[in-house]
Amino acid sequence: MTREELRLLREIQALEFTVLEFALYLDTHLDDQAALEEYNDYAQQLREARMEYQDRYGPLHIMHPSDYPWEYPESPWPWQIEY
Amino acid sequence: MWRYEKILQYPVRVSRTDLSLAKLLSAQYGGPDSELSAGLRYLTQRYVIPTDEAKAILTDIGTEELAHWEIIGTLIYKLTEGVPVQRLRRAGLGADYAQHGRAIYPSDATGVPWTASYIQAHEDPIATLHENMAAEQKARATYENLIDLSNDAGVIDTLTFLRKREVVHFQRFGEALNIVRDYLDNEG
Ligand SMILES: [Fe+2]
Repeated sequence: MTREELRLLREIQALEFTVLEFALYLDTHLDDQAALEEYNDYAQQLREARMEYQDRYGPLHIMHPSDYPWEYPESPWPWQIEY
Repeated sequence: MWRYEKILQYPVRVSRTDLSLAKLLSAQYGGPDSELSAGLRYLTQRYVIPTDEAKAILTDIGTEELAHWEIIGTLIYKLTEGVPVQRLRRAGLGADYAQHGRAIYPSDATGVPWTASYIQAHEDPIATLHENMAAEQKARATYENLIDLSNDAGVIDTLTFLRKREVVHFQRFGEALNIVRDYLDNEG
């Protein structure tokens, strides 16, 4: 895994964590509009980072379109990555 | 439904293999207050809990616990990767090797296999949410013990992240409990 690929992967991790943390909060605070706006902002950033990563380095999950041959199994598995 | 994502929730770094630490971390892989117990407990409690907020929080925390289970599995994998059999035996992992080789198996730190009797599902939502709040505190305390037992900076960093998640989950279940109480007072 190249430094650039790892950098983008770490960015996705950070964004996924932020979005999850807002989502858990919103699950019990349905009408906190300020938190919802932040959630939407980070969710959009996450969507873009995931698109960029998957277009460049291959699918993170099986619902993403793949080049030939089927790319999903080939990228490093989470427990094999050296951070 | 669930969809797998090929990414850890939090990075896992270890400086060297450490067999006894790997064995201790089984507490959170297949022990009573493990991530496996947490995930299955919350995901199976969802069906009969009143209020949409409580259904959402059980679903989303339960799913996060499965991501934590993968983080613990990754820690154990990295701490034992490529270690020769005789070193495993000397470190007290001979019995594990005899039964599983180097495969990762959900048992606790003393080797007792995971069992569903660690968890409860009850129709009474007050009982359920109190169980979950207690479970989060027990998991937090287990992480504190594991941090005390660790001397690898990378492992400590990951365990510290996981410990903080238990604190947040406790908070969210407490809020869900208040929502369910209000619901029961008004419509129950
Ligand atoms: Fe938790």
